[in-house]
Amino acid sequence: MSELLLPPEHRYAKIIQEHHNEDGSELSVLNLGPTHPATHGIFQNVLLMDGEKILEAEPTIGYIHRAFEKIAENRPFYQITPLTDRMNYCSSPINNMGWWMTMEKLLDIEVPKRAQYLRVIVMELARITDHLICNSILGVDTGAYTGFLYVFQFREKVYEIYEEICGARLTTNMGRMGGFERDWSPEAFRKLDIFLRDFPIAWKEFENLFERNRIFIDRTVNVGPISAEKAMAYGFTGPNLRAAGVDYDVRVAHPYSSYEDFDFIVPVGKSGDTYDRFCVRNAEVWESLSIIRQALAKMPEGNEFHADVPAYYLPPKEDVYHDMESLIYHFKIVMGEIPVPVAEVYHSVEGGNGEVGFYLVTDGSRTPYRLHFRRPCFIYYQAYPEMIKGAMLSDAIVILSSLNVIAGELDA
Amino acid sequence: MALETTQIQDKLVETFGESVFHFNQEKDLFSLEVAADKITAVILFLKNDPTLRFHFLTDLCGVHYPDNVVERQFAVVYHLHNWYENKRIKIKAFLNGEKPEIKSVSNIFLCSNWMERETYDFYGINFIGHPQLKRILNMDEMISHPMRKEFPMEDGGRTDKDDRFFGRTPQKDNK
Repeated sequence: MSELLLPPEHRYAKIIQEHHNEDGSELSVLNLGPTHPATHGIFQNVLLMDGEKILEAEPTIGYIHRAFEKIAENRPFYQITPLTDRMNYCSSPINNMGWWMTMEKLLDIEVPKRAQYLRVIVMELARITDHLICNSILGVDTGAYTGFLYVFQFREKVYEIYEEICGARLTTNMGRMGGFERDWSPEAFRKLDIFLRDFPIAWKEFENLFERNRIFIDRTVNVGPISAEKAMAYGFTGPNLRAAGVDYDVRVAHPYSSYEDFDFIVPVGKSGDTYDRFCVRNAEVWESLSIIRQALAKMPEGNEFHADVPAYYLPPKEDVYHDMESLIYHFKIVMGEIPVPVAEVYHSVEGGNGEVGFYLVTDGSRTPYRLHFRRPCFIYYQAYPEMIKGAMLSDAIVILSSLNVIAGELDA
Repeated sequence: MALETTQIQDKLVETFGESVFHFNQEKDLFSLEVAADKITAVILFLKNDPTLRFHFLTDLCGVHYPDNVVERQFAVVYHLHNWYENKRIKIKAFLNGEKPEIKSVSNIFLCSNWMERETYDFYGINFIGHPQLKRILNMDEMISHPMRKEFPMEDGGRTDKDDRFFGRTPQKDNK
């Protein structure tokens, strides 16, 4: 039996002892993770199994906990974006923009329309990469490697666009309070146009590979379903909730960054199973593409890319060398000496996995007094043991990857 | 008809009287304070009342205020959301600094289970009635609660750098 793995006082030990199968076989304990390649991240689940069937699961989390909330309490507001990068690293620009919007809400900064539209474009690009990874990895886990290889090159294309915008690729640390650090280069728009031309073709083919695929349907339909009531009770948000049939989307409920200017639908599923989650994400990618096109078409003229807030927005570097005022502002901002009111704000954005919230308490000093990140993964991963109860081991892997649990966001 | 904040306030005051106070509209968020011993009743009321319907717990976290009087040194903050009317509300309950404890809402909202464990882990706030109150992100062997303000961010004995020059607020007990 599994004495080596399981301390005798563990609750599984009693279940194993009291369980008697007719054929004389015993229950077994399986340690799934923490570093199993199939789990795509550091997730540990101690499974109690009857043959191939999962009876109980006990998740352990915190393997990559980096104390971001504690670090944030000791850093000036400008140095907190790199922390948000490292939460959901598949769509870091959304987290970055969410953080800046929280600061802008705190300081009542009005961002120019053009900068808001640019933000919408980059956030939707991030959503596309997030869903692209989730869905193609789901393909890998069900045994279809081709789709993954095929669409993954487009993540690279998006990263090249990020690179044009901010210089970084994965952990983008993009934007500033009030807008962007620099205007988007013509090259960025050119790359975006190429992406918008080529990606839909590939995504259509990707969809065709999966949506009516017999093997894929057998592996995903009715695997890990969750009802709408249960999903809401477990705090699901984002595509996982919408797959269960609830059309809650922060972009619609509390529009930020001018999302109200765009026309898009919120795709919903029905049964909340793995297949529905896959389809909802697929449909969202199409909506994101449509939003990007609308944003480009409606883009206001001019080259405004940040709000005129000299106390919070770094002056152009060349001015700093010969203009006293710019030098003072530069120094103050870099040293974190910006005027901040004593207040509490909560702002949330629709991240790749759901509602990414920032609860910020300030006391007028140069650092947040308290900053809490509402991390959707952390909240909905609680439902995982219940979702895999009664499923096969291979289903557990598929359910995990369809939930798109990102270890960085889970552990913060 | 949209749910008005005055409506929420009137209903709560009518039902709970002195136990709900400090109603405040800050930016876009309506907030209130609740006496800690009434927290489950208030949240259950907000969830089940046919007009209020705050059926979704968005967030739960703790805050430490070591400079407050001892009865108000910890706070647990609940963010509720009514999707029907699209209304958010923030509820704060202050706790005693020496023995912070509050009733768990885990039987009202399933999702609060881990959020309460996280708050316990980082602040040492005891959630009475929680089914499995143990550490979640930190290791089980840890003895302190690291998000408390007195817990130093870095080794206090370091002399090679002065925190003031690195944009960090100086730690009181280190100086």
